[in-house]
Amino acid sequence: MNTEIPGVVIMFAATVLLALPLGRYIGKVYLGNRTWADAIFNPIERVIFKIAGIKPTAEMNWKQHLAALLTVNFVWFLFSMFVLMNMGWLPLNPDRNPSISADLAFNTTVSFVSNTNLQHYSGESGVSYLGQMVLMLFQFISAGAGMAACAVVFMAMREKATHQLGNFYNFFVKSCTRVLLPLSIMVALILLFNGTPMSFKGKAQFISLQGDTVNVSRGPAAAMVAIKQLGTNGGGFFGANSAHPLENPSYFTNMVENMSIILIPIAMVFALGFILKRSRFAWMVFGVMTLGFVWLLVPTIYQELAGNKAIATMGIAQPLGSMEGKELRFGSAASSFWAITTTCTSNGSVNAMHDSLTPLSGMFAMLGMMINSFYGGVGVGFLNFYIFIIIAVFISGLMVGRTPEFLGRKIEAKEMKIAAVIALLHPLLILAGTALSSYLYAHNPAFSAGWLNNPGNHGFSEMLYEYTSSSANNGSGFEGLGDNTPFWNISCGIVMLLSRFLPILGPVAIAGLLANKKYTPETAGTLKTDTGTFGIMVFAVIFIVAALSFFPALSLGPIAEYFGMK
Amino acid sequence: MKQHILPAIKLTLVCVLLFMITYPALIWAVAQAAPAKGEGETVTVNGKTVGYRLEGQMFNNGRYFWSRPSAVGYNAAGSAGSNKGPSNPDYLKEVQARIDTFLAHHPGVSKAQLPSDMVTASGSGLDPDISLQAAGIQAERIAKFRNIAKDKIDALIRHHIEKSINGIERINVLSINIALDQLK
Repeated sequence: MNTEIPGVVIMFAATVLLALPLGRYIGKVYLGNRTWADAIFNPIERVIFKIAGIKPTAEMNWKQHLAALLTVNFVWFLFSMFVLMNMGWLPLNPDRNPSISADLAFNTTVSFVSNTNLQHYSGESGVSYLGQMVLMLFQFISAGAGMAACAVVFMAMREKATHQLGNFYNFFVKSCTRVLLPLSIMVALILLFNGTPMSFKGKAQFISLQGDTVNVSRGPAAAMVAIKQLGTNGGGFFGANSAHPLENPSYFTNMVENMSIILIPIAMVFALGFILKRSRFAWMVFGVMTLGFVWLLVPTIYQELAGNKAIATMGIAQPLGSMEGKELRFGSAASSFWAITTTCTSNGSVNAMHDSLTPLSGMFAMLGMMINSFYGGVGVGFLNFYIFIIIAVFISGLMVGRTPEFLGRKIEAKEMKIAAVIALLHPLLILAGTALSSYLYAHNPAFSAGWLNNPGNHGFSEMLYEYTSSSANNGSGFEGLGDNTPFWNISCGIVMLLSRFLPILGPVAIAGLLANKKYTPETAGTLKTDTGTFGIMVFAVIFIVAALSFFPALSLGPIAEYFGMK
Repeated sequence: MKQHILPAIKLTLVCVLLFMITYPALIWAVAQAAPAKGEGETVTVNGKTVGYRLEGQMFNNGRYFWSRPSAVGYNAAGSAGSNKGPSNPDYLKEVQARIDTFLAHHPGVSKAQLPSDMVTASGSGLDPDISLQAAGIQAERIAKFRNIAKDKIDALIRHHIEKSINGIERINVLSINIALDQLK
C-alpha cells in the first residue's frame, strides 16, 4: 500500500472519534443542559446579553428567528463595507495597503458575511491587519449564525416541538462562545507553537545565501487560521491559503487543520441524534454523508497519486503523483483528502491549488460543492441535507401510496414546494452564471480579456468552478481565473447572497411549519426514516437532483479535458 | 425587523470586543512565549539572518541544491501557485523546457531519474523542500562545482532527510545549503 494513505485514514478516524463527544456537547449546549463549561461561560454570556439588551429565554417562532438572523446580518454587511472601503487610513496598517474598490468590497463583504470566504484579493497586499481582523470576526459570527439556524431546525424536529423554538440570539451566542471559541483557541495555540506567526509587525527583510534581497509578509495569522478551518470559512490570511508554509508549516499542522475542517460538520449530525434522542437516525444521516464523501475521495486520491498523464509522456518520474500546485510536505494523498473535505464542507481553504488538479479530481471537488451536503458547512450543511430528506420522504410516500410523514408530521404541498425551490436554486444559480459568463467570453473578447488562465475545456471549468464555489458558499477557486473585475465581483456577490440566505430560510420555514402540525405517533405503517433502505433513498435523491443536473456542464469541462489528454 | 435592529447593533459591538479584540489579543499574548515571539522563526549564519525557517527561497546557483520552480519567484511578500491546468499546452511546454534545462546542467542524470517535483511549481510558491530523489541527482553537479568528493555530498543528504508519517522523504533546501557552505 502507498505510504501516504495511512495518514489520511488516521485523520478521518480521529475526526469521527472526536466528533462523537463534541456532538453530544453541542446538543447539550442547545438544549440548555448543564455542562462543564457553565462555570466559565455563564458569567461571560450574562454580560453579553445584558449589554446587548437581549433576553435569552424569550422564545421565538420560526418567523422571528429569521427576522433576527436577517437583521443582524444586515448590520454586519454595513460594518464590513465601511471598514474595507476605509482601511487605508484606519489604524493597524503597517504595510500601507490601500482601501479597496466598492465592487471588491461588496464581493468581499458578502463573501465573509455569507460564510463563503471567496477571495478576489490577495491577503498580503489586499487588506490591512484591521481588515483581516474584521474578516476574522465574520468567520466567527457567520459560522455562529449558520449553527444557530441549524439549532432552530433541530428544535423544530423534536417530538414535543411547538411553534416556540428557543431564542435565536441564545443559540447564536452560545455557538460562538461555547463551541467555536474554545476550539479556536486550542487550534490557534497548536499552530502558534509550530511556527504560524501571530504578530502585528509589518514585512521583514533579509538577504539570502545567494545574495537576493527578500521581503517576508507576516501578521496575526494563527488566530485567523484556526477559526477559518473550524467555522468552515476558509478565507486564508496569505494569498496561497493553507498551502503557505506560515499558515500550514508541517504535516502535523496539516492534520490538525484538516481535522478542524470536518470536525464540527460531523459533530452537528451527532448533536442532532442527541437532541432528538434518535441516535439511529443520526447514524443513518452520517452513513449517507460518509458514503458520498468516500465516493468522491477515493478516485481523487487515486487520480492525484497516478500523476499527470501529459507529464508522464515526457519520460520523467512521478513517484509522488501530480506535484503541480502541491507542497512536498503534504504530498498527493493528503492534498486530495483536503481538496475533498474542503469542498464537501463549504470550507474552501486549500493546501494545494485546485486549478492544477488533474481533470477528474477537479470534477470531484466540484461535485462536493454541487451536492454541498456531505457533512456540509457548519450548520448549513445539515440544512441542505434536510431538504433532500424532505424530498426523499415525499417520493417514498408516493411510492408506497401513503401520506408522507417525517418524524410524526405530515409533509404537504406547501413544504414540498419550498423544498423543491431550494433544491433547484443551486443548479439554477451555478448553470445560469456559467452560461452568462461563457456567452460573454465567446461573444465579447474585449470585455472578457484576461479572465482565463488556461485555454479550452479547462478554461470553461475555471468559470464553472467559480460559480459553483460561490453558490455552495465554499470560497475555494480555480484561482487562475482573473476574477477581480466588476463583472465577477458583482455576479459572484449576488450568487453568494441568494445561496446563503434562501437555503437557510427554506429549511427553517419547513421545519417551523411542520412543528406547528399535530404530532402523530409512529405506527407499523409509518415510513421508517432511520433505516439503511431510507438512507439509500436519500442518496439516490441527492445523486439524481444534485449530481445529474450538473452532468452536461461537467462533460464540457473536466470530463472532456480528461478524455482529451491521451 | 424594528425590535431586532437595536439588539443586532449592540450584539455586533459585543462580538467585536470578544472575537475581534479579546481573542486575538489572547493568542498574541501567548505568542510572546512562543518561538521567535510569533514573528516567524529566522535562520542565522554568522550573526546574519539568511532566511525564515519555514519558507523556501530561490536557489538556482550552481554551488547550491536547487529549490523547486516557483510561480512567484520565491517572493515571500506574496504567494501563489501557477494555477496552470494539467492539459494547458503552454504549461506543458514550460515543463518540457525545465526538464531540458535541468538535464543540460546535470549531464549524468537520465530523464527517468528526474522526479516531477523538481520541474513543477508548488502551491504556495514558497515550498521549502525538495524530494530526496531530487536532491540525490544534484549531488554530482555540486561536487564538481565545489571540487569536493561526491561521497561527502551524499552523506550530507542522508544526514538531512526529514520524514513525516506520510512516508515522503524530503530535504529542506535552506538548511542543507547552509550545511554545504560549512563543508570543508
